[in-house]
Amino acid sequence: MTYAVEVIGLTKTYSDVTAVDNVSFKLEADKIYGLLGSNGAGKTTIMHMLTAQQFETSGTLRVFGEHPYENNHVLPQVCFIKESQKYPDNYNVRDVLAIAAELYPNWDQSFAMSLVEAFQLPLKRNMKKLSRGMLSSVGILIGLASRAPLTIFDEPYLGLDAEKRQLFYDRLLEDYAEHPRTILLSTHLIDEVGTMLEHVLLIHRGRLLLDEETDSLRGRAFSVSGPAAVVDRFTAGRTIIDRQQLGGLVTASILNDAGAASGQSEAESLGLTVAPVSLQQLTVYYTRLHNRDASSNKGAEQ
Amino acid sequence: MGPAMDDTRPIFLQIAERIEDDIIEGTLEEEAQAPSTTQIAAFYHINPATAAKGVNLLVDEGILYKKRGIGMFVATGARQIALTKRKEQFYEQYIVSLIREANRLGITTEQLSDMIKKGAVQQ
Repeated sequence: MTYAVEVIGLTKTYSDVTAVDNVSFKLEADKIYGLLGSNGAGKTTIMHMLTAQQFETSGTLRVFGEHPYENNHVLPQVCFIKESQKYPDNYNVRDVLAIAAELYPNWDQSFAMSLVEAFQLPLKRNMKKLSRGMLSSVGILIGLASRAPLTIFDEPYLGLDAEKRQLFYDRLLEDYAEHPRTILLSTHLIDEVGTMLEHVLLIHRGRLLLDEETDSLRGRAFSVSGPAAVVDRFTAGRTIIDRQQLGGLVTASILNDAGAASGQSEAESLGLTVAPVSLQQLTVYYTRLHNRDASSNKGAEQ
Repeated sequence: MGPAMDDTRPIFLQIAERIEDDIIEGTLEEEAQAPSTTQIAAFYHINPATAAKGVNLLVDEGILYKKRGIGMFVATGARQIALTKRKEQFYEQYIVSLIREANRLGITTEQLSDMIKKGAVQQ
């Protein structure tokens, strides 16, 4: 198995904050990964370390088998598109694309030009005069046309309308089908991009909570609603990931540990209302569950 | 084919079901070429690997077969295999929940049976 990325025990601490805490994962070549997590979870710090823009405090980091820092074998194979990208003063769109074309060995100029047209980018306009959405479009264009073996997008769609975001997803999937490569996409919009991701990594408070195939998470959980006593009897001994109460009525979400349908039909036969849990909702529940664990541990220590 | 994917069930299963639907309805005939993984991925905006997993499930079930260098084709007898599978699922998916809801509303088995007959006539 060839891995685009391997990290073992990756940790990044600032004076008194642990931004990334003992994270280990592997990215297989030519797969699309989603890096999910709430704000401040440590996603961007991880991406900065993968691209040698920040140093790890400890742990092992390999990109295409080598450490990326000042590494001429590795860095030309990596394209990192970040939301806060700065461009030199007085550069226009054409200048930026010319630099990108020199930087990335797999750059496809005709693909780039077709994206300029699709995203309606003004080639002669100064970068400083571009709208937020146009700046995002330039990043997306570079990320796609670079065809870098490892392409990392950090929330690349700020200011982009729904139609342009769809354009990004469509072109990404089309081009990926023709030219497979490893893509790491950090995002909040799980509902929008979930079907593109083969695998997801969920980060929370610097730790890795989930590292799984996306499809195996779909249908992982379901919710049951009904009278509190019946719900509690059904959920006893099962893994509850969320519980909401309204008067005597309870809605609980539980993990589908044993076999897909069995738990659900048992709940239905008890007269409970069964509903599926979406991928987005599941990640929210996992994150909350972890918050709860963290605060109860803290309680125990005190 | 049909509407977008449902995010609460594995996508590869839904892909397999959509292709089976097309075979059952006759949109996709036996010995006809099935859509490629790339076409399926582009149509539903899904990851090509996930589309491939759905297609491979149907290969394992003998519904599709691969002609090397050309693509996937619908096997002879595929419609029957798909129908048998769906009829087995029909009881779990529809009858069990129908009876459960009828019980909840106090509808007797006889009344339910009359409703089914009436519905069948109107259809």
